[in-house]
Amino acid sequence: MSIVLRLAWRNLWRHARRTWLTIGAMVFSNVLLVFMISLQFGMYGLMIDNTLHVFSGHLQVQAPGYNDDQKMRQVVPDIQNLADTLRFELGTDEVAARGWAFGLASSEERSYGIGIYGVEPDYEPRVSNIPGLVIEGRYLGDNAAAEIVIGTILARNLRVSVGDELTLLGSGVDGSFAAAVVEIVGIFDSGVKDIDRNIAEMPLAAFQDIFYMNGAGHQIAMFTDSLLGVPEFQNRVNALLGQDSNLVTVDWDELQPGLKQAIQADMSSAFFMYFILVVLVAFSVLNTQLMSVLERTHEFGIVMALGLKAGRLGRLVMLETAMMGFLGLLLGAIAGAIVTSWFTTNGLAIPGMDEMAAQFNLPAKMYPQVNLLTMFVGPAVVFLFTLFAAIYPALRLHKLQVIEAMRSN
Amino acid sequence: MRMLPILTRLAWRYLWRNHRRTLIMTGAIAIGAWAMIFMTALSRGMVDQMIHDGISILPGHVQLHNPEYIDDPSILNRVALDDGQLAERFDDAGFIAWASRVKVPAIVTSERESRGVTLLGIDPAAEENLSFVNYGEVEGRFLDGPDDSGIVLGAKLANTLETEVGKRVVLMSQDPDNDIADRGFRVVGLFRASMPAYEDGFVFVGKHTAQKMLRIGAATTEVVFLGDDYRNVEPVFEKVVAAVDDSVLVRRWYEVDTYLGTMLRVMDGFVLIWVVVIFLALSFGLVNTLVMAVFERVREIGLMMALGMKPGAILGQIIIESMLLLAVGLAIGDLLAWLSIQPIKDGLDISAVAKGMEMMGASSVLYPKLYLQDVVLANVVVMTLGFFASLSPAWRASRYEPVEAITKV
Repeated sequence: MSIVLRLAWRNLWRHARRTWLTIGAMVFSNVLLVFMISLQFGMYGLMIDNTLHVFSGHLQVQAPGYNDDQKMRQVVPDIQNLADTLRFELGTDEVAARGWAFGLASSEERSYGIGIYGVEPDYEPRVSNIPGLVIEGRYLGDNAAAEIVIGTILARNLRVSVGDELTLLGSGVDGSFAAAVVEIVGIFDSGVKDIDRNIAEMPLAAFQDIFYMNGAGHQIAMFTDSLLGVPEFQNRVNALLGQDSNLVTVDWDELQPGLKQAIQADMSSAFFMYFILVVLVAFSVLNTQLMSVLERTHEFGIVMALGLKAGRLGRLVMLETAMMGFLGLLLGAIAGAIVTSWFTTNGLAIPGMDEMAAQFNLPAKMYPQVNLLTMFVGPAVVFLFTLFAAIYPALRLHKLQVIEAMRSN
Repeated sequence: MRMLPILTRLAWRYLWRNHRRTLIMTGAIAIGAWAMIFMTALSRGMVDQMIHDGISILPGHVQLHNPEYIDDPSILNRVALDDGQLAERFDDAGFIAWASRVKVPAIVTSERESRGVTLLGIDPAAEENLSFVNYGEVEGRFLDGPDDSGIVLGAKLANTLETEVGKRVVLMSQDPDNDIADRGFRVVGLFRASMPAYEDGFVFVGKHTAQKMLRIGAATTEVVFLGDDYRNVEPVFEKVVAAVDDSVLVRRWYEVDTYLGTMLRVMDGFVLIWVVVIFLALSFGLVNTLVMAVFERVREIGLMMALGMKPGAILGQIIIESMLLLAVGLAIGDLLAWLSIQPIKDGLDISAVAKGMEMMGASSVLYPKLYLQDVVLANVVVMTLGFFASLSPAWRASRYEPVEAITKV
């Protein structure tokens, strides 16, 4: 070990208690940062994933304007063929065509207005969570069967169960009167009240029949491998649709504009809090290092009289800070990872939070995941600020008057 | 206690002996206090606004329903009291406002589109103080009485339905015999709301008109009551409960909308956690400062003790020093917080993330709310915890052996 390193290390432990307290401040903030950042990013991932897997998908093909207005007549013509083509050309099965209509669902005792999706029973499970959430009965089978699955709250409100019949009333794409009787084959429970109360799904071909869609639908939902791949995926789909097609592609951010913004809003308030924490640690370091420089005025005077330059002493102070900061970074990141891992296996449930979580399509229990990024990004910033805080004490050395310093006690 | 004035003076002077260290620590405390109060004010403002909006949509602080209506919000589950009976019970009870209304799911159909909505049959005069709609800002006009035969829609819904003031729409719902109850209405007004979802989901018609359409005589489905403080609804709740029998269910707003109730509780918890976290980050620096302050004057402490100062007085002196330091920092932090809230008091525009805020149930303008209780909480928590944090260094200082301390180099 070089002499400078040894000197710095020993200086650090002259006031062991002070050094540990300063490192303690870093470790405290780092543990908090690692845990919070792991939790946050895990949460955002889940939020995006769960929300997009309800209906939106990464990307949809729609008629222009449909995303804003959702009008019945803004259709994608010959939708089943288009979906088949896309599946074939893109080489993926995560493509599903849908129609959507508003209608009145009546049981023997009750009537409620609901949104009715016409879906492809074979492909819908690949783009949506809903088919997997059927808790009673089964999901749709035959593409032309007069059957329907509905949410739990709707089933309760309509006072129906699997096997009962529902009368659907609505208007077809041309404005004509549409009516049908369908059998309830399944009931799903998504945990999101609005969906469980307002949504029903039936096979696409039967849907097109009832609402006089003439082979048309309203959206083709698709997934690609990851969110990052969406722009490139969108280009490919646009190319497949061709220049003259009167259809547009809409990506997840446009489909769910609240999602990104909710994350942004949450992030900015979280970053404000992290920033305050980091600044407080920096103050702590500034205080410690300034003290450690001031109390060594006498000895600094002597070594400078012996010919050591102020710049080298300054580097020594920076080195001490870096060592201290590095200890804080290492201990903090490790402790943070341990704390977080405990929650990774045991889960974090904040009492009374289930309802808030459901608002964002999140489960009631969170399992934060540590990875290298979430483990080190916070502590690294703390480390940088620590170095930054030591600049002032280090620069002060340049103002040192050798004779005066030697005389001071 | 006799010693208190002199100890305070001593502590104050000691504090400024090393003014750099004291200034840095004061700065850290001030920033911490500022962050505590500023962040709390922003979050409080957001939640207050959410609850304000939420209560105005509910509306009222306390609601009365048929017990069956909660799980089955249908016209079958009515409140059988007519206007006269209600007035007799509630007119002189001293509520800020109360109103009875008909609230059932319905379908509104224009010549183009149909949508599911919540039908509100109201007496506009009784609801003026309850409603989320500002009557004066309605395009066209608002309902002019419970017998008005017009309908008021949200501007966004009207856009979807491709209808406008002066055109006709049809409302469809169910009557108590599960027959379709429908009626044509002329659109007389379009309202705007702070939350687009409200504009989509609610339509207003006259209460008596709705009762006639639904064939329910003089019955309603809910009665709502407004008190003067949403945080304390017990007086209103008790008055309502006293005036009715077991055939109806009376609930407070946070039981009606459990999401909002959770939000308020989570918020209270968050404020405390935030204050404690900031304090902990500060505490390392605080203890460090005290340890240093004691270390620097071990000899003086020894001398004072040799001259007859009691260990208790030494302990008191260090603690007073710590308290003074905290008090100065807090005072500056409080002032900073107050100053930084002044320019944004009239609303901080965060419409960049409006859709995200809507997902959380909040609107896009943030009004910071500086509550005295939050400021007091922050200050009291910091002072109390600060007292405990300084016990250890102060205790050590008071335990020195005078002879050893004096001779310490």
